[in-house]
Amino acid sequence: RGQIPMQEMPTQDPSVRVTNMQEVALGYTDSQVRAEALRCLQCKNKPCIQGCPVSIDIPGFIAEAAKGNYEKSVDIIKQSSLLPSICGRVCPQESQCQKYCTVGKIYKDVDQSVSIGRIERFVADYARENGCETIPPVAPETGKKVAIVGTGPAGIAAAADLRREGHTVVMFEALHKAGGVLVYGIPEFRLPKKIVQHELDNLKEMGVEIRRNYLVGKTRKISDLMEKDGFDAVFVGSGAGLPKFMGIEGENYIGVFSANEYLTRSNLMKAYSIGDSLTPLYDSKKVAVFGGGNVAMDAARTAKRLGAEEVSIVYRRTEFEMPARKEEVGHAKEEGVNFMFLHAPLEIVANEQGRVNGVKLIACELGESDASGRRSPVEIPGSEKLYDFDTVIVAIGNASNPLIKATTDGIEVDRRGNFIVNEDTCETTLPGVYAGGDIVLGAATVILAMGQGRKAAKAMNEYLSTK
Amino acid sequence: MNKILSKKKLSAEVFRMVIEAPEIAEARKPGQFIILQMGGDFNERIPLTIADANAKEGSITLIFQAVGETTHRLAMLEVGDEIENLLGPLGKPTDIENFGKVVCVGGGIGVAPLHPIVQGMKAAGNEVKVIMGARTKDLIIMEEEMRSIADEVIICTDDGSYGQKALVTVPLKELCETWKPDCVVIIGPPIMMKFAALTTKPYGIHTIVSLNTIMIDGTGMCGGCRVSIGGKTKFVCVDGPEFDGHLVDWDNMLLRLGTYKSKEQEAHHKCHIGLHITEGEA
Ligand SMILES: Cc1cc2nc3c(=O)[nH]c(=O)nc-3n(C[C@H](O)[C@H](O)[C@H](O)COP(=O)(O)OP(=O)(O)OC[C@H]3O[C@@H](n4cnc5c(N)ncnc54)[C@H](O)[C@@H]3O)c2cc1C
Ligand SMILES: Cc1cc2nc3c(=O)[nH]c(=O)nc-3n(C[C@H](O)[C@H](O)[C@H](O)COP(=O)(O)OP(=O)(O)OC[C@H]3O[C@@H](n4cnc5c(N)ncnc54)[C@H](O)[C@@H]3O)c2cc1C
Ligand code: SF4
Ligand code: SF4
Ligand code: FES
Ligand SMILES: [Mg+2]
Repeated sequence: RGQIPMQEMPTQDPSVRVTNMQEVALGYTDSQVRAEALRCLQCKNKPCIQGCPVSIDIPGFIAEAAKGNYEKSVDIIKQSSLLPSICGRVCPQESQCQKYCTVGKIYKDVDQSVSIGRIERFVADYARENGCETIPPVAPETGKKVAIVGTGPAGIAAAADLRREGHTVVMFEALHKAGGVLVYGIPEFRLPKKIVQHELDNLKEMGVEIRRNYLVGKTRKISDLMEKDGFDAVFVGSGAGLPKFMGIEGENYIGVFSANEYLTRSNLMKAYSIGDSLTPLYDSKKVAVFGGGNVAMDAARTAKRLGAEEVSIVYRRTEFEMPARKEEVGHAKEEGVNFMFLHAPLEIVANEQGRVNGVKLIACELGESDASGRRSPVEIPGSEKLYDFDTVIVAIGNASNPLIKATTDGIEVDRRGNFIVNEDTCETTLPGVYAGGDIVLGAATVILAMGQGRKAAKAMNEYLSTK
Repeated sequence: MNKILSKKKLSAEVFRMVIEAPEIAEARKPGQFIILQMGGDFNERIPLTIADANAKEGSITLIFQAVGETTHRLAMLEVGDEIENLLGPLGKPTDIENFGKVVCVGGGIGVAPLHPIVQGMKAAGNEVKVIMGARTKDLIIMEEEMRSIADEVIICTDDGSYGQKALVTVPLKELCETWKPDCVVIIGPPIMMKFAALTTKPYGIHTIVSLNTIMIDGTGMCGGCRVSIGGKTKFVCVDGPEFDGHLVDWDNMLLRLGTYKSKEQEAHHKCHIGLHITEGEA
């Protein structure tokens, strides 16, 4: 087994893919997935599992994949994760399951770990494409009604597990398309929307109702849903959709966008389909993206595809501290995105029409470690310099959406605005109302959101059975 | 789905539509708006103020001016057609209280969103005077409705074809001098709101404006609608749409509204050809 080389993921050629929106990573072939699965040592102590937030039986599903039993493989995954074709694509594997893999440890290189996520993606895609997925059976109707606020991964997971028990489940989504960040944020070239749609279709098949264009708190308050509309319990998975700005000079000039706006225009509103979409795009030649997470990578790579000649990621620390998935950083580099590490924005400048024409940056060096354990950037006095840019995308993170808190009495939040919940049940401070995903964790990950959705659903099923 | 129950052309470019939307009709308050998207992958989302609502019938009224591609496409819909996506009510309601004497200033299409506010202000026990302005007589809308509620209605046109030949700031200044209102509400084109707010400023009169920045989601998620209010960045869709007119950074807001001007003009032109509409007519 030690002799089998790590199977590289086939990808679209970088020079071609920057001209289209199709998926970059093409997925393993049948022989590749088996070869990669054979690299797994089937460790007795299963160290990889501790790195997976939902504790998938990793050696178990890999063993089946190695034998070519893909259906069985995906069934094992589905005991723990409801969205393997999504998580196999977007999980930060190098800091989760693959971080603990024995093979990676042997090579002293996490990149040499068994490619758990890629195998997971393969078997999940196989099951979907070959129609051998089983829609979970639904228990007889209980007559209990549950409302789910938000249709992101947290809401999707909670809806599935609640519906299985036979409860009536209605999902409410503010936007005109369901799916949360999976649809409006993460670009098509990383997560094809038909995969998300497939998961939503499965929910519908189970009998879950999805009501779009419904902003809970405005169209109707949670108290109305519970007191007037007969919902027995509510799950809030409203996400962290509040874009942060930096508060620097010039942030409201024309050509400065939050990553959310930039990505929403392109993904949700399909502005990348130029000539078809009525939502306009800003013409950009030189784009600066502030930030170093997945959101920043997505914005930068989208800008490339939308025709920008030069795209630069501006990040205060070094590559080592960047929170983005390693694969995305690699892909961004291949696609010609520049990285300006150890630089911090000071000011955005504009011409007489108020359109951005430059950014003032200051160089930084790494100082002491901060609370998060990362070394914090220290500005180097006198190193300010004005750079030529016509577009700025601010991708420094998202905070919790404050609308539900503002319109619901009895829900308590921490100083960041995240809902305070019971760790074991995900119940909020308001009885019968549960919450999970980014609204609780702050901007986190798909797998964590899904995990919390499931945890909440379990507690809600218990709560409803006693009601 | 939201069925169009009635449709009326109010002037060359202005339409009134009554649309089925029971939940919105029940929840909405004066000053709030909706965002609509006409289905499919490629239509854009645009905000329109709820000009009126009938909770019993479960309907809302929109009054809109066909200015570009999406509003033209909307104007082409007929009674019985559906607007696939309609989200609301959005934004904070108008702060309606008994101020005493209130002047409500409406420019062009801004008269429509002003209407429920005039109603509300009157119902709260205020004495209300209305100033309505438009480019020309044909574009004056809802005059009768306003006359039936307000204590006085003053009309101005740019070309003098009806009422005073003046900008709304002229009678507004007069009222500030002579009638001394306690509150002024201004809704209209941004440039008009800017100068009307400048007019009331020296008198220190509480001045409310309703901003119409470019929006996408309308839920506070994108930040595209942001404006600077007293030096602080605010999102119009959730923190507004109404703000203290004396604190708005008008010049920045006016610039931002023009972000996509060249593309919109191109699309508008193409849509006139595509939909066989003559210029100046919707
Ligand atoms: C650009 C981008 C890239 C990312 N890349 C990755 C990645 O590679 N890997 C990874 O693991 N994670 C990634 N993330 C993070 C991940 O997407 C989120 O952690 C996850 O989507 C959170 O799920 P959620 O269900 O809590 O909320 P969301 O996905 O945010 O969904 C919330 C939904 O609720 C709706 N909503 C909000 N308020 C209301 C209301 N009042 N009424 C009705 N509906 C409401 C919203 O419109 C939204 O559709 C990325 C995030 C972004 C923005
Ligand atoms: C809170 C609010 C309430 C509004 N209420 C009304 C109303 O009751 N009646 C009415 O006629 N108009 C109203 N508007 C303005 C209306 O939204 C725009 O006229 C409409 O979006 C133009 O779209 P278009 O494609 O037809 O024209 P375009 O040619 O695309 O745009 C014309 C101009 O409208 C503005 N605009 C473009 N796209 C948007 C957008 N997505 N959001 C906001 N503004 C945009 C820009 O300044 C642009 O230059 C309101 C706007 C806001 C923000
Ligand atoms: S869900 Fe994510 S962390 Fe868990 S095994 Fe799959 S890729 Fe690894
Ligand atoms: S740690 Fe690696 S090699 Fe060991 S069981 Fe897990 S995936 Fe296989
Ligand atoms: S329209 Fe997106 S935040 Fe206001
Ligand atoms: Mg338009």
